[in-house]
Amino acid sequence: MAGPTQPPGFLLSTLEKGVNWARTRSMWPASFGLACCAIEMMATGAAHNDLARFGMEVFRASPRQADLMIVAGRVSQKMAPVLRQVYDQMSEPKWVISMGACASTGGMFNNYALVQGVDQVVPVDIYVPGCPPGPQSLMHGILTLQEKIMNGEIRREGVFTKTA
Amino acid sequence: MSDTPNIVTGDTEAPTIEPPPDHGSGESQAPEQRRTLHELWLSGTEEPDWVRGATDEGAQELLPERAEPALATQRGTLVSDDYEVDDEIDDDERQIINMGPQHPSTHGVLRLQIELEGETVRRVKPIIGYLHTGMEKTGETLTWMQGPTNVTRMDYLSPFFNELAYSLAVEELLDVAIPPRAQAIRILMTELNRISSHLLFLATFGMDIGAVSMMIYGWRERELLLQFFEKTTGLRMNHNYIRPGGVAADLPDGWEDDVEDLMVKVPQGVSEYVELLNENPIFIDRTQGIGVITPEECMAYGVTGPTLRAAGVDWDLRKIEPYSGIEQYDFDVPVRKHGDVYDRYLLRLEEIDQSFRIVDQVLQTMPAGDYRSDDRKVTPPPRKRIDESMEALIHHFKIFTEGFKVPAGETYQAVESPRGELGVYIVSDGGAKPWRLHVRAPSFAHVQALPVLMTDSLVADTIASLASIDPVLGDVDR
Amino acid sequence: MTDEANPSSDETPQEASPDTAPAATVDLGAEVIEISADEYLDVVARARAAGFESFVDLCGVDYLRRRPRYEVVVNLLSYESKQRIRIRVGVEGGDPRLASITSIFPGANFYERETYDLFGIVFEGHPDLTRILLPDDWDGHPLRKDYAVGSVPVQFKGAHQAS
Repeated sequence: MAGPTQPPGFLLSTLEKGVNWARTRSMWPASFGLACCAIEMMATGAAHNDLARFGMEVFRASPRQADLMIVAGRVSQKMAPVLRQVYDQMSEPKWVISMGACASTGGMFNNYALVQGVDQVVPVDIYVPGCPPGPQSLMHGILTLQEKIMNGEIRREGVFTKTA
Repeated sequence: MSDTPNIVTGDTEAPTIEPPPDHGSGESQAPEQRRTLHELWLSGTEEPDWVRGATDEGAQELLPERAEPALATQRGTLVSDDYEVDDEIDDDERQIINMGPQHPSTHGVLRLQIELEGETVRRVKPIIGYLHTGMEKTGETLTWMQGPTNVTRMDYLSPFFNELAYSLAVEELLDVAIPPRAQAIRILMTELNRISSHLLFLATFGMDIGAVSMMIYGWRERELLLQFFEKTTGLRMNHNYIRPGGVAADLPDGWEDDVEDLMVKVPQGVSEYVELLNENPIFIDRTQGIGVITPEECMAYGVTGPTLRAAGVDWDLRKIEPYSGIEQYDFDVPVRKHGDVYDRYLLRLEEIDQSFRIVDQVLQTMPAGDYRSDDRKVTPPPRKRIDESMEALIHHFKIFTEGFKVPAGETYQAVESPRGELGVYIVSDGGAKPWRLHVRAPSFAHVQALPVLMTDSLVADTIASLASIDPVLGDVDR
Repeated sequence: MTDEANPSSDETPQEASPDTAPAATVDLGAEVIEISADEYLDVVARARAAGFESFVDLCGVDYLRRRPRYEVVVNLLSYESKQRIRIRVGVEGGDPRLASITSIFPGANFYERETYDLFGIVFEGHPDLTRILLPDDWDGHPLRKDYAVGSVPVQFKGAHQAS
């Protein structure tokens, strides 16, 4: 509950918890499968690992219906504008998980064709390491994101500040 | 990203960039500054120029029909789909729709421009490159031994085949003999990989057709195979296991039990698919007579693998150009005759059975011995020798720092991957890295042949046609 | 082609290519044939007529210091005789041009576009010679040897921490 130093007070703080809880429990990812990681992402959603346990198995084809974009795989220079467009089409609030080494940093392909980290195009909340990350890694990333949302505020500001 | 991508590395003529030929788009092709993505732009603010223009570029336009004789020939003479459409078409009744690159049924980031007349697909143009990773360039910067790390990520559903084709090509230039156990391990892993790839095909194909439960079933069995791969290689995908000179490690203890377990459980699952789909009237309606390709078209477009065999051509590189001692195992090459989506599906089911036959024989006849060549060219000295001998230490150090050298020459090696002929063309200049590494990707040719499968069919059947050739976009774009 | 010795594989990329035989005497039975750009179309058409009716692969190679600088390698396959043939065509640097074989093998379409995209070799007579893998506004042809890999330096420690 809110202490003396936290202005929101009892009511707003409780509301915040409620809203955050609702957001974490029905987060719908946009299916943004690009490469190898997409296969592991699908494996995470399939029978053996069953992402439905976390209320997230509904991979939406339309970005309009999605809250979370899991960038699963290497992002080429040709794909980057498309990725950004899909991200812009998602409605707020929205989060991004960068899945795998290629999406996070370019991975082993440090060359002309790839965007060296998808955080140059969209703001990333969680980076999942691995090449490709196993379903357990992705689930850990998703749970970490849920934790982050639970501990965060309802409104997020200043996501797009220019970095020096 | 370098600001100056063109650096002259040798005493050669200055690099010249010729302007692209005019292809009718009318856009100016002035060379632009190399883009940098380092700056974010604010959501809602004006986008940079390159973002706005980037999704409707000249190469991605559907050209006026007269400018595309290749497509016209496909439409007119070669296609033998059932749907009869009127040749007199009013241009106003046509519309062009885009499918992809972000679309759940494109198996990745393929983009199709489809010109529709009502419900009939009149023209299709596949647009690729959204997953271009520059692997052929990266391959030139990696040593021969690091190469499998790179190629294994190309066709990420059949990583063992990529590694095998690459390793065979390098070994061909090196002239290294591979011990029988390493060869048998290679066959075991590649055939299991063929099964896992086909299981994934069945899962995604089923889902695209509308049998969503196939998605669950296919992954269920594939997971069993991946567990064995993980136990053997340490990774579920992108294994980097088959390397020039042999394989990275011996099979784990108790692998026989694991494989026997697989040979019981996976066919059980597959029999459930057969029960679910083979005589399902909806499935048959959506697949039979759809996406027909003839043997002649296959040859002209370089279509190989299950798509070719489903069209009635008995062609399997495992029989024609045997690799890694696969000729000693007894198996059949399933061939069907209609060349439609249903035949491709059935053919892959049969291939799963045949692959299990091979796996069974490998299990019975696995030779003892070394899992990699003892040739000093490619194999580091054993750990014990390094402690005793200075030369062995230096040798070990050199192999892992600068890598071994491969004699100059060029070679092309092909294997029968789950998708078709996967070839690796390597040029060596005698150094420690490939001079040129080119991969002949089966999916690349298949995506190119998509207009043949789809033209003059119904728009709902494009999904079935696309899924039935099982394209992997990592393989297409590399 | 797995075991057969490859007579031309001894040639190093630095060496000049040997004089090629005139078109009439090109032996289609060989595994690898090297021809000049002039006789390229003719040889491919004759190979097609001789039973090599399956198009397998077409790719470019940049030999940089050699003349001719580029090489286009075409792989064809005969289902009848179960033979392969590899046709290597030298293409001069500077303004690399070669005839397109899309009229003989429609399957060469994407491969020639890829080779144009990555090497800048212009295939004359190609119906739609545009970039295929890279964006249309790309500058340069990345698989040329004088095109840098384009890697960014990787900083493993001491990176600036954004506050």
